[in-house]
Amino acid sequence: MTRFRRAVIFVVAHRRRVGWLAALGLFLVILPFLVRDYQVDVLIMLLINIIIVVSFRLITTTGRWSLAHIPMVGCGAYATALLTGGLGFPFWLSLPLSGLAAGAAALLMSYPLARTKGFAFFVASFAAGDALRLCWTRFKVPFGGHKGLTNVPVPSFFGAGDFAQAIPYYFLALAVTVLCLLVMWRLDRSRLGRTWKILDMNEDLAKSLGINATFYKILAFVLGSAFAGVAGVLLAHRLWAVVPAQFGFGATLYLLVWVVFGGTRTFQGPIIGVAALTLLREILKPLFEWVPLIFGTIIILTLIFLPEGLESLPRRLRPWLSKERLSLLETESEPTGYETVRQPGR
Amino acid sequence: MEFLSQTILNGLMTSSFYALIAVGLSLVFGVMHIVNFAHGEFYMLGAYTVWILFAKMEWPFFVAVAAAIVLVGLLGLVSERLVFRHAHGKVLSGFIMSVGLVFILQVLVVKIWGLGKMKPVPAAFPQVLEIAGASTSWQRFIVVPVTVLLLGSLWIFLERFRIGRALRASALNPDAAALQGISPKKCAAVAMLLGSAMAGAAGALMAPIMSVHPYMGHSVVWTAFVVVIVGGPGNIKGSIVAALLFGFLTTVISTLLDSTIADLVNALVMLTLLAIRPEGVMGHD
Repeated sequence: MTRFRRAVIFVVAHRRRVGWLAALGLFLVILPFLVRDYQVDVLIMLLINIIIVVSFRLITTTGRWSLAHIPMVGCGAYATALLTGGLGFPFWLSLPLSGLAAGAAALLMSYPLARTKGFAFFVASFAAGDALRLCWTRFKVPFGGHKGLTNVPVPSFFGAGDFAQAIPYYFLALAVTVLCLLVMWRLDRSRLGRTWKILDMNEDLAKSLGINATFYKILAFVLGSAFAGVAGVLLAHRLWAVVPAQFGFGATLYLLVWVVFGGTRTFQGPIIGVAALTLLREILKPLFEWVPLIFGTIIILTLIFLPEGLESLPRRLRPWLSKERLSLLETESEPTGYETVRQPGR
Repeated sequence: MEFLSQTILNGLMTSSFYALIAVGLSLVFGVMHIVNFAHGEFYMLGAYTVWILFAKMEWPFFVAVAAAIVLVGLLGLVSERLVFRHAHGKVLSGFIMSVGLVFILQVLVVKIWGLGKMKPVPAAFPQVLEIAGASTSWQRFIVVPVTVLLLGSLWIFLERFRIGRALRASALNPDAAALQGISPKKCAAVAMLLGSAMAGAAGALMAPIMSVHPYMGHSVVWTAFVVVIVGGPGNIKGSIVAALLFGFLTTVISTLLDSTIADLVNALVMLTLLAIRPEGVMGHD
């Protein structure tokens, strides 16, 4: 009973945020019925990309920007293709197992990457990811070479729903996405999440406090990659095929653009980035050939004028807002974990 | 015996190409701390310049190459002024800005010159060259003397000239160099001019050999990154050593097995070297 009462008190105390979340939830439930048929697939891809960007941010909180993240998505996709298509595993079992497979691949990679920093980490993580992609291209058994694997089955879930259709699949993807985001949100707010952030802010200080920097960095890399693998499972079962070209460097570049545009300081930053740019891409559909140019221009201008991304815009605008609004924003801003250590000169 | 000399010749040509493109990248990284992903696009534009001036307007080959070096160098200068200067030496910002530049340049090239059409560049020197049983065309071989010439003049510039020494000082310690009156902005501009010009030279020389298309810079820039990392970022001597290592490795494995395996082995060799010496084979800190 006390548990229930505590929950009620929590809801009442956070009624504003709970209200917003409920409205967002309702919006996400009715959204697929409001858009055109093909746009449901755009929404499914958006949900998958949200898992990818949030898991990517999880790794960046330690200060390392992994360019092997998209190959990790591919790792999950290939794992589920082999498990469900090749060995006949059910979808619900393959989903966590494929995530684990991506995590295992990340663990394997993290040894040579452990000592690299900055520029070297970019290039080394890219090379490690690309080595995976080259394996998929080169070895026809079991990965199918250039043509990939085309025997990924439609997921069945104890007979519930026809997941070959877009709308039921949207709800499946929504459920998995919400679950992944909840776990990653808890991780971000936990002691573990704060430990990752202090590694980015001041690694030497963290080490002097007895924090094993290498261990926590590898842990972030493995966990983030495992969630990327889960995103890969959703991708493979929607497209019914896995091709190595999907996980090339072009996809990584778009991932970087989404994340930088949104900003990585807060949990919601990358989600805002990917949602805004997906929307922009839909609006610019008639100009699709120019989209990379527009994205390129946007990203350069963002880095020059808004280096912390779109999510820092309210904070930047605060001085121009009126006093009442100012106090309102003040109460709404919540700790992100970056406040725990303040360094002079940062 | 013939196989050996042929492999050495091919390895030498591949290494020269790698060295030419990687040294420019390393120079830019050393002075500006910018990981310029658009280096590959500068290379592509060098090849396009030769296609336009040599293949279509029939200028002499070396005049076209010189024009490519100058034009791409100037493009690097402009991009430093408009884009990279605002990264303020932050490696991540600089890298992502260069990704934006890649998108912009690729779309512009596709829009101006088209995607599907072939852009054949005839060989300027189709004569066959034979050394010790190995044979190749002069067109392929020409990259070796030109690389030696360009890297040699870069070395003289960095060692003997006042601006060159200022550039090295700024790379070592920008603050100390600034205290001696060396402007970090001017150094960045000079480094970007020279680095981009070398990418342009590489593209121009490779235009008759490679197929010229808007995405040709992609694979090249990654090879260059691997070479720069293994040599130690900003370390030009290290880059040359690493270029020789990977040039010969790629040639031998491509000849014996296939090129995908060669790429795979390159990646694995790089990861192994980084696990042992994260600061690069020639690094010392």
